[in-house]
Amino acid sequence: MMRLTDLSKGATALVERVEDIHAPDLIAQRLRDLGFVPGEPVRVVACAPWGADPLLVQIGSTRFALRRAEAQRVSVEIQPGTESAP
Amino acid sequence: MSQAHVAPLRVALVGNPNCGKTALFNLLTGARQKVANYAGVTVERKEGRFATPSGRRVQLLDLPGAYSLESTSPDERVTRDVLLGRYPGEAAPDLIVCVADATNLRLHLRFVLEVQRMGRPIVLALNMMDAAKRRGIEVNVPELSRRLGVPVVETVAVRRGGAQALIELIDRTTTGIAQTPSLPATSGDDLHRTVREILADAVTMPRATDARDDAIDRFALHPVLGPLILAFVMFMVFQAVYSVGKPLTDAIGDGFSWLGAFAGAALPDGPLRSLVTDALFGGVGTVLGFLPEILVLFFFILVLEESGYLPRAAFLLDRMMVAVGLTGRSFIPLLSSFACAIPGVMGTRSISDPRDRLATILVAPLMTCSARLPVYALLIGAFIPHRLIFGVFNLQGLVLFALYAAGIVGAMAVGWVMKTLRRDRREHALLMELPSYRLPRARDIAIGLWERGAIFLKRLTGIILALTVLMWFVSTFPSPPEGATLPAIDYSIAGYLGRALQWPFAPLGFNWQMSLSLIPAFAARETAVAALATVYSVAGGDADVAALGHTLAQNFSLASALSLMVWFAFAPQCMSTLAVIRRETRSWRAVVISFGYMFVVAYAASFVTYQVARHFV
Repeated sequence: MMRLTDLSKGATALVERVEDIHAPDLIAQRLRDLGFVPGEPVRVVACAPWGADPLLVQIGSTRFALRRAEAQRVSVEIQPGTESAP
Repeated sequence: MSQAHVAPLRVALVGNPNCGKTALFNLLTGARQKVANYAGVTVERKEGRFATPSGRRVQLLDLPGAYSLESTSPDERVTRDVLLGRYPGEAAPDLIVCVADATNLRLHLRFVLEVQRMGRPIVLALNMMDAAKRRGIEVNVPELSRRLGVPVVETVAVRRGGAQALIELIDRTTTGIAQTPSLPATSGDDLHRTVREILADAVTMPRATDARDDAIDRFALHPVLGPLILAFVMFMVFQAVYSVGKPLTDAIGDGFSWLGAFAGAALPDGPLRSLVTDALFGGVGTVLGFLPEILVLFFFILVLEESGYLPRAAFLLDRMMVAVGLTGRSFIPLLSSFACAIPGVMGTRSISDPRDRLATILVAPLMTCSARLPVYALLIGAFIPHRLIFGVFNLQGLVLFALYAAGIVGAMAVGWVMKTLRRDRREHALLMELPSYRLPRARDIAIGLWERGAIFLKRLTGIILALTVLMWFVSTFPSPPEGATLPAIDYSIAGYLGRALQWPFAPLGFNWQMSLSLIPAFAARETAVAALATVYSVAGGDADVAALGHTLAQNFSLASALSLMVWFAFAPQCMSTLAVIRRETRSWRAVVISFGYMFVVAYAASFVTYQVARHFV
C-alpha cells in the first residue's frame, strides 16, 4: 500500500482513505474535513528543506502543509494518466 | 421614519480561514470596530456596525475562521456556539453571512453546507470574484443558489463598493431570510460528495491552482532558494525597524524629556516636580518610545501576513522549530519578540494548539527585545575595546551578536528541555493552509496597525505608569538627612533595597549599585541606564552616555560587566511581559514558570560568566 509520504514531488495520486492511528484520531478527522476523502486527487507540490518535512500537498484547489507524521495517515493509489484535478 | 428604536439586525460573518472574511468585515464597517475577547477564552471577538441605505442598523460580528463545526479547536468551538446561540452572553445572530472564496469552493462549500445544515437564516457571499474571473473560473450563481437553497451574492472585499450586493441583500432582510430547511445530518463523506456534485453542475474551473502562485512558490518554497529568500526578507525587515523606527523612537524620547523639563520649569522644586518630570513624562515617553519600532515591525508583519508569505516561512522553518519543541507557526510571534515580547506574546493567538502556544509564550521573552539594546550599548561601549578581530570583525559588534545569539540558543535549549520534560507526548498537528498570494491592501494594513497599536498602548500605559510612579517613590523617599554627602538615592528605600539585593547577587559580581539598577529594570529594562546614572550621580544624567560609561569602567570590572550583560539576556524582565503572559494564558502558573525558569537560567549563566571571566580576563 502506498502512502502520501511515498509520493515523489510533483506526483499526483488518488486518496484511498485516511487511517485513524488511535481512536479518536482528531488529526485524521481534520484531514477528512479538509477534503482527504476517497477518490480525491492529491499532489505533492513541495518539500521543506530539512528532511523533506513538512510536505506541501495540494487537494482540490487548496494547498496544505502536512508534517510527514500527518501525511502518513493518508493512503493513496497512483492512477496512470491522472494529471491535475478539475 | 426613525429607526433608532428598532434593535439593530445582528449579522454574523463566518467562513473558512483565508476566505477574505476580515477584508469584507473591514469593507463593511470601516473603522467602526470593537475588538475584545470572548468571555473566558483568548479568542478575539470583533464587532462592527454599519447602516444600510434604507437606514437599517446592522451589528456585524466577525466570527473566528473555521474549517469545520465539529472539531475541537477553541476558535471553532466559539464559532459553532455563537451560531447556535449557545454561547453565554451572545445572542444568536438574526442572519448568518457565510463567506466562501470563489477560487477555493471545493474546500469552502463543505463548510457552507455544514452551516446550512444548522437550519438558521443564511446567505452565501461568494468572495474574491475578481480573482476567480482573472483565473477564468465561472460560477453559475442562480444554479448554485438553487442547489444550496440559500441566496447567493458576489463580493469583492478588496474593492470599494465590492460588497454592494451583500448590503442590498441584508437591507431586504426584515425579520430574517426564510429559514433554510434543516437537512438531515449526513456524514463527512456525504458532504464532500454533495460538494462535488454541486461543483460539477455550477462551477467550471480551467485550472485547480493559480499559475501565478505556482510560479512564486517554485522559488519561495525551493529547498535552497526558499531559506535564502526568507533570510533576505528578515534581514530587510530588521534593517527597516532599526533605520526607520529607531530615529522616531529617539525623537519621541527627546520630545518627552523636553516636555518634562518644560513642565518642570513651571513647577516649584520638590517632590511634585520630580514626580511630573521623572515619573509621568519619563514613563509615558518610555512607553510611546517603543511605539514606532513596534509599528514598523507590525507593518512588515502585516504586509507579509496579508500577502500570504508568512505561512510559507512557517512551512520552511517547521522542522527546525519542532526539533526544539515549537512549531512553524511560532516563527511569527518570535519574530515580533525582537521588537518587544508583548506583541510577540499577543501574536501567539495565531497558534491554535494550546500546548504549542504555551511553549512559544514561554520562550518569546528570550528573544532580544529592543529595550535591552540601550543597556547593551552602554556596557559594550564602556567595557569592550573597539578593535578588530582577524582584521575584519569589530569586537564590539561580535559581543552584541553573541548576546543576540545567546537569546536564540537559550530559547532553543529551553524549548528542547520543555519538550523533553512534558508529559503530553501526543502528536500535535501542523495542518496549515498555504493561501494564495495577494497584494496587501492599504485599508486592511491600516486597520490592522491601528488595532495592534491601540491594544499595545492600552495594555501598557496603565502598568508602566503605575510602576514608574512606584519606582520614583522608592528612589525618592525618604529624603536624605541634612548635610548628607552621598547621592540622595543612597538614603532612599531603593538604596536599602539595593544593599539588600547585593548579598544574593554578589556571586554574579554585581555591586550594590548594579543590584539596585535591576529594580527599575524590572519595570522597563532600559531604565537600568537611567538608574545607574542616578546612583553614580553622573552630571548630565542618562543623556551623557559616554560620561556614564567612563564612570562605570572605573567602578566595576570587565567580568562584572559581562555578567550583567548576560543577566540582561536571560533575566525575567520586564513586568509588562509577565502581565501580558498572565492576560494571554489566564494562568498565574505560566507567569510563575516563566519568571522562575528565566531567573534560574539568568543566575546560572551570569554566575558562570563572572567566575570564568574573573580568572581569564
